[in-house]
Amino acid sequence: MKEILLLKKVGSFAENKDFAREIRIKEILPALENNEEIILDFKGIDSATQSFVHALISDVIRKYGVEALDKIYFKNCNETIKKIINIVSDYMQEM
Amino acid sequence: MRIHLPNSAFLGNIDPFLQSFDSSDSSRLEITANKKWISIHPVVLSMVAALGLNVKTQNIHCEELEATSAHYLERMGLFKLLQIKSSIKIIEHEPAGRFIPLTIINNSKDLTNFISEIVPMLHLEPKQAEPIKYIMSELVRNVLEHSCSKIGAVVSAQYYKKSNTIRMGVVDTGVGIKKTINESYIAPTHLEALKLALTPGITGTTRKEGGTEFNAGAGLFFIKSIAKINRDFFVIYSGNAMYKLLKSAQGMEHIRLHADPFQDKHSKREDLPFWEGTVVGIDISLDATKEFSALLDAIRDIYIKTIKERKKEKYRGPRFI
Repeated sequence: MKEILLLKKVGSFAENKDFAREIRIKEILPALENNEEIILDFKGIDSATQSFVHALISDVIRKYGVEALDKIYFKNCNETIKKIINIVSDYMQEM
Repeated sequence: MRIHLPNSAFLGNIDPFLQSFDSSDSSRLEITANKKWISIHPVVLSMVAALGLNVKTQNIHCEELEATSAHYLERMGLFKLLQIKSSIKIIEHEPAGRFIPLTIINNSKDLTNFISEIVPMLHLEPKQAEPIKYIMSELVRNVLEHSCSKIGAVVSAQYYKKSNTIRMGVVDTGVGIKKTINESYIAPTHLEALKLALTPGITGTTRKEGGTEFNAGAGLFFIKSIAKINRDFFVIYSGNAMYKLLKSAQGMEHIRLHADPFQDKHSKREDLPFWEGTVVGIDISLDATKEFSALLDAIRDIYIKTIKERKKEKYRGPRFI
């Protein structure tokens, strides 16, 4: 199980899509490639933009299908962040 | 070019100001102002600054400002940014001031730094800060990613005590919405392009549902929805067209979001002087600010419904003859 602590990479307001893309390409996709499960830990993050979450997970869902969501755990998310992740995962499944 | 700062120009009454802007001869800029009083939305200030940044300093002429409120322009950093002299003297660091002076954002790092300064500069509580940071981040990212603006994004914001409102402006002088949208969709007019840009799931980067790995076509729809639910103004102006979300009437308990921006209470026009780039102004009333997470529920419902409907439209069944 690979655990990714997002706070130190993206700060308490997760809005920088460049960081999101870097995490996806360098950490999430290689872990899935190795059939590993992943924990994305949002501890200490107060809020996130839809753009950030889209850059973080949309391409993962596109590449691996909705099954990717069975292998990713979103940890320590507050209500706002949970809702934004739900919006992105919803519309990616409506493709 | 010539731009006149009127007695009053806020989002509700911005039309005459926009209509009076003279966009001819882009090598020169003349700034004039009302003699008695200047009371303007930050987006107006961002527009003046953006125009000036595209003109050589020696070709900018600002008439001597007589209005007693002209110090606002100095305090917001207009003359400093454009490197033109002003005779206005002010105390720059007013402790009670709740404003973000004119700021240029050119890259992602600038934006991250800027976002971290919003809360202390506007003296916001965390709950109030959430939608403001969200809006600023998404609008500026649009400029950085899509506009090709040589001057980056010109932003400014101000807190208005009387109405307990934060007013913000984000302006660029890039390629404009129509060119960006036309990369993937057919929008024959600037107004049609604005409509598409405000529709959930439409991005200039692709026609695919779900967008690309980097863009989903959700940003402007989210921002317009935040304004709508809070019963605030939102204005977007690009090319010769402007779309203005008008305030919803008080007393309506439930506000319905629409995927089609033309179904919202709005005004629109496509007879304005040509703006090379994009101008966005928005007000967020701190009294009316809904819990951000509650607001996301409403956005989620309409967003998913719209994508489902669009998918259904594209569905083709077998034709039996």
